[in-house]
Formats: sequence, C-alpha cells, structure tokens
Amino acid sequence: MAYSFHGGIHPNDQKAATNKKAIEPMPAPEKVYLPVSMHIGAPAKPVVKKGDHVYMGQLVAEAAGNVSANIHATVSGTVADVAPHPHPNGTKVLTVIVENDYKDEPDPSLQPLNADGMTPQQIAEAIREAGIVGHGGATFPAHVKIQSALGKVDTLIINGAECEPYITSDHRVMLEQTQDVIDGVKILLKAIGLHKGLLAVEENKADVFGVVQKLLPPDGSIELRRLKTKYPQGAEKQLIYALTGRQVPSGKLPADAGCAVFNVDTAATVARKFKTGMNDVRRIVTVSGSAVAAPKNLEVRVGTPIGQVIEAAGGFKEDPNKILMGGPMMGVAQFDLSAPIFKGTNAILAFCGDEGKGAKNPSCIRCGRCVSACPMNLMPTYLYLYGQKGNIEACEKYDVLDCIECGACTYVCPGKLPLVQGIRSAKQLALNARRK
Amino acid sequence: MADLSKITVSSSPHIRHEDNTRQIMLDVVIALMPALAIATYVFGPRALTMTAVSAAGCVFFEWLYQTLMRRPITVDDCSAVVTGVLLAYCLPPSSPLWMVLIGDAFAIVVVKQLFGGIGKNFMNPALSARAFLMSFPLLMTTWPPVRTKMPLFASPDVVSAATPLANLKQGMMPDATLTDLALGMVSGSLGEISALALLAGGLYLISRKVISPHIPLAYLGTVALLSFAFPHGCGRVEFMLAQLCSGGLMLGAIFMATDYSTSPVTKKGQIVFGVGCGLLTMFIRFFGNLPEGVSYSILVMNSTVFLIEKMTKPRKYGYTAPQKAKKAPKGEAAK
Repeated sequence: MAYSFHGGIHPNDQKAATNKKAIEPMPAPEKVYLPVSMHIGAPAKPVVKKGDHVYMGQLVAEAAGNVSANIHATVSGTVADVAPHPHPNGTKVLTVIVENDYKDEPDPSLQPLNADGMTPQQIAEAIREAGIVGHGGATFPAHVKIQSALGKVDTLIINGAECEPYITSDHRVMLEQTQDVIDGVKILLKAIGLHKGLLAVEENKADVFGVVQKLLPPDGSIELRRLKTKYPQGAEKQLIYALTGRQVPSGKLPADAGCAVFNVDTAATVARKFKTGMNDVRRIVTVSGSAVAAPKNLEVRVGTPIGQVIEAAGGFKEDPNKILMGGPMMGVAQFDLSAPIFKGTNAILAFCGDEGKGAKNPSCIRCGRCVSACPMNLMPTYLYLYGQKGNIEACEKYDVLDCIECGACTYVCPGKLPLVQGIRSAKQLALNARRK
Repeated sequence: MADLSKITVSSSPHIRHEDNTRQIMLDVVIALMPALAIATYVFGPRALTMTAVSAAGCVFFEWLYQTLMRRPITVDDCSAVVTGVLLAYCLPPSSPLWMVLIGDAFAIVVVKQLFGGIGKNFMNPALSARAFLMSFPLLMTTWPPVRTKMPLFASPDVVSAATPLANLKQGMMPDATLTDLALGMVSGSLGEISALALLAGGLYLISRKVISPHIPLAYLGTVALLSFAFPHGCGRVEFMLAQLCSGGLMLGAIFMATDYSTSPVTKKGQIVFGVGCGLLTMFIRFFGNLPEGVSYSILVMNSTVFLIEKMTKPRKYGYTAPQKAKKAPKGEAAK
C-alpha cells in the first residue's frame, strides 16, 4: 500500500523528458553570481571585497543572525564586484560576483570530517559552517532545523517525493548518488539523536526503489516508504500526515508534530560535506519544458546565470512564452536570464505553449472541485470570493492563513479563476490586519 | 539569445487542468440525450422541437440581457443550453411553445442573470421557471397519453391521461408495469419519464467526474428507504420501485439537485442536501395536496445551501480545538 493524504491533484507528471537522463556536470561559468539571500531568514553579510582572491568553498558572506546561512564561493577566482544584481525572486539583491580562474582550487582549510567521532552539536555546527539549506525549494537553513528538532522530534523524514511535474533532479540524485543520500541520512539521524529515518519516494519513480533497497543499512535504521503519486505529496505537512498520520498543528512547525523533514539532496549535500569537506556549492537542476531544445539534468555551480544553464541544455528551440525557476505548480516566473541558480533551484523550465492560460471571463460555477482538491481541507472558493470583496474577517474565519499556496485549487478550477493568486493577496491582507 | 519579448510573468501555478465550464455543460447536455431519445419515441418529434426551442430561447435571452446590460457575453459557456433543455424536460410535452419561451425568459433573466449570472443564482433556474409557469395551471397539468400525435410547432389540443404518480397518490399501483415505468413508456413531463435513460446519463456524468454520486445517492436512498418503510396499497419492494421510477425523481436527483450553483460545495453538505431533498419529496408525496414534490423539495433545499455549507465546513488540516477560557460553571451565573 502506498502512503497518501486527503485531497490533492493528479497532473500529468511530464517527467519522461529527463527521468532517464544521467546527471551531466555543466562546466563552471565565467562568472558566478552569489546573492546574499539564498535562504529563508536574514541575508548573509559579505566578508570579501572587490579584488579579493577566493578559493572554491571559501566563505564570501557570513550568516547574520539565528536564521541565516553562510555563502561560499562556488569557483576559485577573484571577486569582481559586490553589488546589486537581479535575483530569481524578481528584485535586485546584493550579490558577490566571482570571476572564475578555472582552477577550481578548493579552500585548503576544508577537510573531510568523520561524523562518528563528533557530538550532535559538532555535526550541527559543521552543517552550519557549510551553509547547507533545504534543497527542496524552501531553503530553510539545515542547522536551524536540526536545532529546533532537538528533543522534540521522534521521526526523521527524508523527502524524495518530488511531486511537481517535470522535475527529476531528486530522482536522479536518488539513483546516482544513493550512497551519499544514505550517508547523509545517517549523519542527520546522529545530529538529531534518532535511530530511525523514513525515506519516502513517490511510486512514479519505480527504478529508485530497487537501487535504494540494496544499499539500505542492514541495521534497519532507514526505512524506504512508497508514496502515492499525487501533488502536493512532497509538501511537508502532507508528507508528515501521509507517513505518520499526524497533523502539524495550525500555525506551528513540523517539530511540533514530532517530525523533521529534509530533502534527499540536502542529505546528499550533508554527506559530501563530511566526505570531502566541500561546502554547499553545487546543485542538480532539471532543465526541461516545451521550449528547451535538449532537456537534461545538470550539475550546476550555485550562482550560474539561468540563461547559461538553458544554453547548456541546447538553448531554446522556440521563443519561450514563460520561463520558470522551479516546477509549474509553485515555480517563480523569470524575466531576466542573468539571475542566478541558487541553493534551492531544482529546475529551470521554459514553455512555448499556452500552458496555464486563463479564460476570458473567469467565473466560479460552484462545482466544489477546489474544496475537494485542497490538501489543507480549506474552501478555496470562499477564500477567493471573500478576498476579492476585501472581507478579511471572513477570510480569517475560513482559515486563509492555513493555505500552503500549493495551487491545486487553481489547477482544477474549470471556471479558470486565479484562486490561489487571490488567496495569496488575502493572506497578506490578513497578516497586515493581525499586525495592527 | 532567444527573443524574450513574448514572455509572461505571472504567479504560480503555471499549468491548469483542461476541463472548463463549457466542457462540463456539454457533458451534461450529452448525458441528457438518452432521455430525449425516449421522449421522442413516446411523444413524437414534438419532443425535439420543444427541447430545441427551449435551449435556443435560453441562449437568446442570456445574449439579449447581456447585450442590453453591456455585460461580457458568456453564452459560449453553454450553461444556458443546459437550463433550456432541463426546463423543457420538466414541462408537459403538450406545452405550447410560447409558454416554454416565457419560462426561458424567467429562468435566465429573473433567476440567473439578476442574481449575477452563472454560479451566483441560489435557486435552480429551470425548476424556478417551472414553478413560475404554474400560473398556467391547466396547461401545466395536461398529460398527453403515450404516443399521442402532436403537431411540431402549433399548440396541441390533447386530453389528459393519469400519470403514474397520480395513481400512486390515490393508493393504487399505476396502470403501467414496472418495466414500462423504468423504460418510460408512460405519461409525464417530457424528459422525466424514463428512469433508465436518466440513470444512464447519471452514470456518464459520474464517470466523467462532472458530478459526484453524493447528492443522487443520498436523495434516491432516502426516497427508497421511506417508500420501503411505509408502502401504500401494495408490496414494499414494488411500491419502492414505483416511487423511484415515477415522476420527476430521477431527473431531479441526477440533474436538478446536482446543479453546481444551487447545491453545496462540501461533500458532507451534499449528503445533507440530498437527504433533505428526499425527506421533503416523500413528505409532499405522502401528505401534500400535489401528486409530485420533487421540484419544490429541491427549490426549498436550494435556499438552505449557504447554511448547509457553513455547517459542514471541512475540518482543516492541523485543526486544534480552541483553548476554552475558564468559564464559571453553569448555574452559578444564574444565581
């Protein structure tokens, strides 16, 4: 039996374009652009200046505050500038620009570590130093998650659901870097002080199960779980419910339900930190979509401009209508291809069709499909309509702040209403109203 | 570098399911076709003209209203076609076409558009129009016998026959056999006569996921239970089957009560709604002055939908019971 949750949708997964393609390393670009904000929390503080020489893996901006993350040079070379540069979120963000000397000289101070001889605190500290953030997309600093899990969590979940259409980067990581994933899980278990972790994978990645099963540690400390293929299966709250039957209390964190969830690629990055000493500088990116000439999975240096990543996948075969960072359900539309890949980028997609075009006269026909699809058991049509009327009190009553913005409601709406888009604005208004 | 001038920047999601309102409405029209075939067989080609005129009338009045009010024209969503066909289905097959058109105008302009158009009306347009047309009591209660010859367009002049429901009302089994009842070889409103044809349409709608089975099952289940429990004048099973197959029940349960605009959006609410319709229908059939109660039951339940939805709001993920403030025990306040 496959584990699952209530609600959700079944979009065509579109993964066939890249799920059989092995990860290809993309040559490092001439310049990498390292925004000081590649994580949730306070932006990091630059510690280098124009003209400085940096090694690959050397700290260029240090974490500022509790929830923040270190940022390291992803190539060796010279700091060309520390200046605002387009960020994938659509704004300009202070960015450390490093000109590549093509030597890839690693920072000599970075040495392999042995987790066996380390205390949980030392492991968390090493992960903090490495600037590792959640690679699933939310980019929550991993060490903060570990610290907040200590003493509260009894279940470690490794998220290999990858429920967004098109994306296959985690899939390939689980197939090709299986040992890294498993070693990473062991290190995370030790850091949180647990004896058992659940590695959860959606059924549509059938080839993963055999490969992973063979390499699982014999002591049973990692259990492989099969998830039903459904969106948003990989959303933290839905994943926790599917695997444990627990619900994260409204407004609380997964730790409050006794769970800590890490992405498979986050685990692999942790393992590599201990194996090689190298910090969080690489990322696997799926480049796909109808406008991409040769869809593939690329291993990319963090900070590589989006345009060059698309070039590495054969460039555009047709002029694109839309370019996304992330999946088609929750990804962010891009307009400036000089914006860089960052630590949470799992895909770059480009489309030339009219995917996702709305209708001329969107109207709610009260079919109730959004209510059935909502994985949080909300009533999206009420939230949207009250939101449009500016009735924030009613939105609060219908739990607008519990919306996880997965977009399932908008996907199923036959009236083609921009439901989640409207609910997002209503959420913002509700938050503003609470602050008053 | 590629030309980025065509690029759109919008917020997620960036893909949508291909289902749209028009497709759903066309599916409903398709599901209504078996019943039309039976109606044509039983009442002759007038069934076709009446249905077509009614559908065209609804589309015309929607277009007219939207043009006059300078609203966007939305007749291409085909929802007016569904209203038109359904209205024709719940009228006697001998209804004059001018009366059908009056019903169309009432359904579209008064019931649907004055409340804001598709999805905003709180009463079923076809059923409201039927209730409105009761202003012509004689025409609305004339039931031409099976296989009466009727003109295509002119107003027919027919002698009324007893409908199976009228028989049931008087505490006797209908003249027709149960097979005739199920197939629809009986007199009645144009599209309501064949339970099997309507069921086939219902199964099509469920398989296409246009409707969920909650409302029809709750509705038909309630009627079946009550008629099985309280038979009048014949065997339990026979009485139950006769009740299920007579009158507008199948048409109502499958096509009218499931109308999106006027039924609850929550699954639990749909069950409450269906049971409510069933109870009211049987109440009217057993105790009312009218032989049939389907349309009024649904209209009454339509007006409770907002309340039902409020009562059946799904429990959200991560719900925690609110911390109750310590209250003084009951009784103490009274002292």
